[in-house]
Amino acid sequence: MWRFIIPIGLFAGLAAFLYLGLGRDKETLPSPLIGKPAPQFELPRVDDPAQKISNRDFAGRPYVVNIWGSWCVECRHEHQALMQIARRGEVPLIGLNWKDELPLAQQWLQEFGNPYVASAFDPKGDVGIDWGAYGAPETFLVDARGIIIHKHVSPMTIAVWEQDFLPLIKQAGAKGE
Amino acid sequence: MRALFALLVVLVIALPAFALDTAPAFDDPAQQERYQRIIRELRCLQCRSESIADSGVTLAADLRRQVREMMAAGKSDQEIFQHMVDRYGDYVLYKPPVTPRTWLLWGAPVLLLVVGATVAGFVIVRKSKLPDTDPADPGLGAS
Repeated sequence: MWRFIIPIGLFAGLAAFLYLGLGRDKETLPSPLIGKPAPQFELPRVDDPAQKISNRDFAGRPYVVNIWGSWCVECRHEHQALMQIARRGEVPLIGLNWKDELPLAQQWLQEFGNPYVASAFDPKGDVGIDWGAYGAPETFLVDARGIIIHKHVSPMTIAVWEQDFLPLIKQAGAKGE
Repeated sequence: MRALFALLVVLVIALPAFALDTAPAFDDPAQQERYQRIIRELRCLQCRSESIADSGVTLAADLRRQVREMMAAGKSDQEIFQHMVDRYGDYVLYKPPVTPRTWLLWGAPVLLLVVGATVAGFVIVRKSKLPDTDPADPGLGAS
């Protein structure tokens, strides 16, 4: 009897283990930065490199940092959603233009529209690495205390915005006041 | 013909020259060795199953550059690994620390060895207890 139950049981266990593995999201890595202060940056602005943009200027209220690049195909996919979110005006969107070339980044914003209050130009990529970026687009939500409270990897959509970001923004805004 | 063959051999020998970051990053061989060891223990976040030493993606190149910069600044191995963990989590380490989340990972080899040894032990003990009834037909006697 056992000689049937044991192999079948082992097989069922392995099958269940592998089946559960199929449905898991292995692409999204948990960010160690959630719950930590947002890394500070001060970089040239994409639209006017003579001027600097720092996320310090936005301290005291929630803001969003969106990592993008003109080389990033998925960023094209999310661009219209970002434009819509910018029009809604719930929080300022700060762009972090990661590992890009200035003319290409500027052309992108002219061609597709600029959803950002400003984009920081990070050609070396060190600021992106400080934020734990591993693949654009990535979108971070920082609360009024300057703490990263959410990170979304992959293109932003209105559905994701309303489900994951808006409730947190309402809470975060309430805490800051 | 011989010359052509010789050229081919030379080209094959020279293949590693096409590897990433061809020039040694450090003049000091000890530092270079340390650099190689560190970048082999850091996982490439975009390709997942490669270390940043082996990966050709730009993020890996940036992380290698950061390792070189930190080494040049006199940072310890511990500080360099911590810099990466602060940004990317334990996932970036090919040798993650033993925590409740990773005990299965670290324990798996021992666990599998124990399970295997137990099963083997049972089988050996049982077979050794079987009466040696029919030496002319050992294949069937086992069942």
